[in-house]
Amino acid sequence: MAAAAAAAAAATATCSPGAGGLGSAVAAAGKHSVTSFQRRGPRASGSDGGGSRLVSIAGTRPSVRNGQLLVSTGLPALDQLLGGGLAVGTLLLIEEDKYNIYSPLLFKYFLAEGIINGHTLLVASSKEDPADILQELPAPLLNDNCKKEFGEDVCNHKTSESNIKMKIAWRYQLLPKMEAGPVSSSRLGHYYDASKRIPQELIEASKWHGFFLPEKMSSTLNVESCSLTHGYMKLLHFIQNIIYEEGFDGSNPQKKQKNILRIGIQNLGSPLWGDDICCTENCNNSQSLTKFLYVLRGLLRTSLSVCIITVPTHLIQNKAIIARLTNLSDTVVGLESFIGSERDTNPLYKDYHGLIHIRQIPRLNNLIGDVSDVKDLAFKLKRKLFTIERLHLPPDLSDTVSRSSKQGLAESAELRGPGCGVMAGGKTHLDF
Amino acid sequence: MFPELNNLLNTTPDRAEQGKLTLLCDAKTDGSFLVHHFLSFYLKANCKVCFVAFIQSFSHYNIVAQKLGVSLTTARERGQLVFLEGLKSSVDVFFRAQEEPHPLQFLREANAENLQPLYEFVREALKPVDNAEAAWRCPVLLVDDLSVLLSLGVGAVAVLDFIHYCRATVCCELKGNIVALVHDSGDAEDEENDILLNGLSHQSHLILRAEGLATGFCRDVHGQLRILWRRPSQLTAQRDRSLTYQYKIQDKSVSFFAKGMSPAVL
Repeated sequence: MAAAAAAAAAATATCSPGAGGLGSAVAAAGKHSVTSFQRRGPRASGSDGGGSRLVSIAGTRPSVRNGQLLVSTGLPALDQLLGGGLAVGTLLLIEEDKYNIYSPLLFKYFLAEGIINGHTLLVASSKEDPADILQELPAPLLNDNCKKEFGEDVCNHKTSESNIKMKIAWRYQLLPKMEAGPVSSSRLGHYYDASKRIPQELIEASKWHGFFLPEKMSSTLNVESCSLTHGYMKLLHFIQNIIYEEGFDGSNPQKKQKNILRIGIQNLGSPLWGDDICCTENCNNSQSLTKFLYVLRGLLRTSLSVCIITVPTHLIQNKAIIARLTNLSDTVVGLESFIGSERDTNPLYKDYHGLIHIRQIPRLNNLIGDVSDVKDLAFKLKRKLFTIERLHLPPDLSDTVSRSSKQGLAESAELRGPGCGVMAGGKTHLDF
Repeated sequence: MFPELNNLLNTTPDRAEQGKLTLLCDAKTDGSFLVHHFLSFYLKANCKVCFVAFIQSFSHYNIVAQKLGVSLTTARERGQLVFLEGLKSSVDVFFRAQEEPHPLQFLREANAENLQPLYEFVREALKPVDNAEAAWRCPVLLVDDLSVLLSLGVGAVAVLDFIHYCRATVCCELKGNIVALVHDSGDAEDEENDILLNGLSHQSHLILRAEGLATGFCRDVHGQLRILWRRPSQLTAQRDRSLTYQYKIQDKSVSFFAKGMSPAVL
């Protein structure tokens, strides 16, 4: 977290890669100016000096609320719900939907966003080869003006134009700095076309590490046996090795430009990881997963990395473990698809494919978290886009709806679950 | 430190009680604001504080404490605060080869039942020093939170033993205080956690229980706080008192009001 905070400070100083150049442009304009009412802009010159030394990281933005450095989940709608994005050094836990159809999509959006921004990826799976996962990432939908280099030269062109106009008064010289905000924010999250694959050259240009459990199981590890399952042990050492060697922990800052490590772990806790929490309720190494999560979170907090984990919580037999997992992670998002449930045929939900529950939002550097007011959220997978919307009841247009079926609808609406405002605390209970 | 909570608890930093165990408990909500309250309260009361933080990093606690008017970095430099950062230490313990014994050594062991190094750490941190130029008022142990120990493979009985040892040393011997947070798992049926919570409720002098509203999320009322005083037996005239307030967390403080008396409702 310390490293992340330092990076956040650096980012606040420079705002975006464009801002450094911007500051110097402003300073240059100041030198050529003839008016004697020249303000020595301490902020502008500060950003100029900072811009040459500290370059901020692509695809990140400091949070307005807590100063943490944010990265996008790859789904701008989800970013908004989570308070602007995922803070660097934190962990996002996705509770998989029952047939594991939609959670891999979120997983892939997260990785694709990393590739677009040039982040280093670390993909861990026990089921699929990480190279295959990367091949199936969705293609980014880029705007025309941000086609190549994500609008870098376009933005520079725009700002130089605005510099000429900004000679009206010295006061306005500070304005371009404000303009840099929207540019960097639009760069934070991208939309993806789920029907197309990501271009091959982008994958080849990206830097990634794969952890495929069956490949790693053969080699032996000469570490004394903790109570951790062998697979978790291997993965932790793998992640720690990469964080240490590539300098994500800030141990060798002079090495190269700072970058973000995006870690994605698929189906954590499933039987393939050698964990038996999905098989029996009273298993002997039930602390294995929670312990793994704690040490992983420790690793994240001390490095420039952010992690997404999908967990098949519906398979975990002991509910206590799920509660502990939630307490140990920062952000928790649950997916609940309608496939196979009676809600699939319920006319209430005909516009949606499932519900999305924001179960936990971290409280970083604050007494309260960024809780959004809307709790009734549904998702829908269109032909190209995965969208998250506020759940609306469809208008009842038919005249022939019988009273009984209406009542049935109302009852099922009440039973939507705890994430939808109605907690299972009794129908007649009133707090105030 | 939230002045309104001090009013409810009828205390101020100048006349903080000694020898008490305070249990903080949260159910279906996040009770961390209580930890921040007690941290800044005891630092302002000029107590020597040993803070065992498993949940968040030092910078998080420091930034929040600054909003409440206390600087943890200066407190640590002055020797008033001893901070054990669980997240950072866990990485150190887990990946570095073992040299000296660490308070969180149980992370490395297959059968994690041994909290003795942690107890030794607390005792060492709060031990009174004779030649200190700045005399602290009383020692305080603050733990955020004990439920994490269960997730790390320590049994509930071992945690209860640990707290018992700490009580004997901190509360009785050194006339200090202990404040500990435990999650209430609610309907998750976490047996170990229930054992821990019941055991601690039995021992503690004051229980602060933050609960989420049963009717769900509300923008203007974040939850309700139940305060339960458990008086020692000789004061039977004054029976156990229980009070319930609703609260709203703001940026730098928490406002408390009677049930249903939220300014947004009235």
